[in-house]
Amino acid sequence: MEGLTEGLFMYMVAAIAILVALGLAVFRALAGPTVFDRALAANAVGTGAIMLLAIVGFLTGRPEFLDIGILYALLNIIATLAVLKFFRYGDLGHAGEEPKD
Amino acid sequence: MSDQILTIVSWLFLGLGSFFYLVGAFGLFRMPDVFTRMHAVSVSDTLGVGFLITGMAIETGWSLNTARLIIILAIMLYSGPIATHALAQAALHAGVKPKLADNRLKKSRRISATREIAGSSNIQAKSSAPTKSRSRTARKSSSATRGKGRGQSSKR
Repeated sequence: MEGLTEGLFMYMVAAIAILVALGLAVFRALAGPTVFDRALAANAVGTGAIMLLAIVGFLTGRPEFLDIGILYALLNIIATLAVLKFFRYGDLGHAGEEPKD
Repeated sequence: MSDQILTIVSWLFLGLGSFFYLVGAFGLFRMPDVFTRMHAVSVSDTLGVGFLITGMAIETGWSLNTARLIIILAIMLYSGPIATHALAQAALHAGVKPKLADNRLKKSRRISATREIAGSSNIQAKSSAPTKSRSRTARKSSSATRGKGRGQSSKR
């Protein structure tokens, strides 16, 4: 029982570290000078959300949250690429750059 | 006994993961540029996430949750470089210039300039050197250039 609580203590430390990292990333997302800083910070926030989901799932004894983590990991990369494409072409349905000749 | 060892190892991994995650986030907070911030985030995306997931997997043992954790780790390890690459390409395309590369560019220009000077002096030495071999057809012109070279060197 004592070992279990100490394991939970280490999960708590990891959760606090991830929360601090999330705070720093949110600051960068709010204060970033360019839109790429904000996109990078949004990516970091997504990663932090996945790790926080996993840690809190183990902390509360319900590791089924990991499925939601997989979903977030799959959504995160798509969201980043979509935001970058939107800010490059101004349209998500753009076909990309035309061939040069 | 082995249970305690596994718990200690998982603590170690969780602590290391938290440390690297904080380091990456602090870099994202403090770095001066988009590209350097990407560099900092890659630390927390690979080392931090890798250590944290490894620690959780060791704590869990062999179960379905370990498979889920490994799937999450694989997705993150594949998607992180893709997102960073796309971000860097988009930033460069939009005209964001890396701040810290300026000094290095100037330095490399200075180095290349000194190399050019050194190369030209080498070329002069080489052009004056074949006159001694006298393989060329016009010996007079070669001797004239040699005389010029000697005159310049004597002037200096």
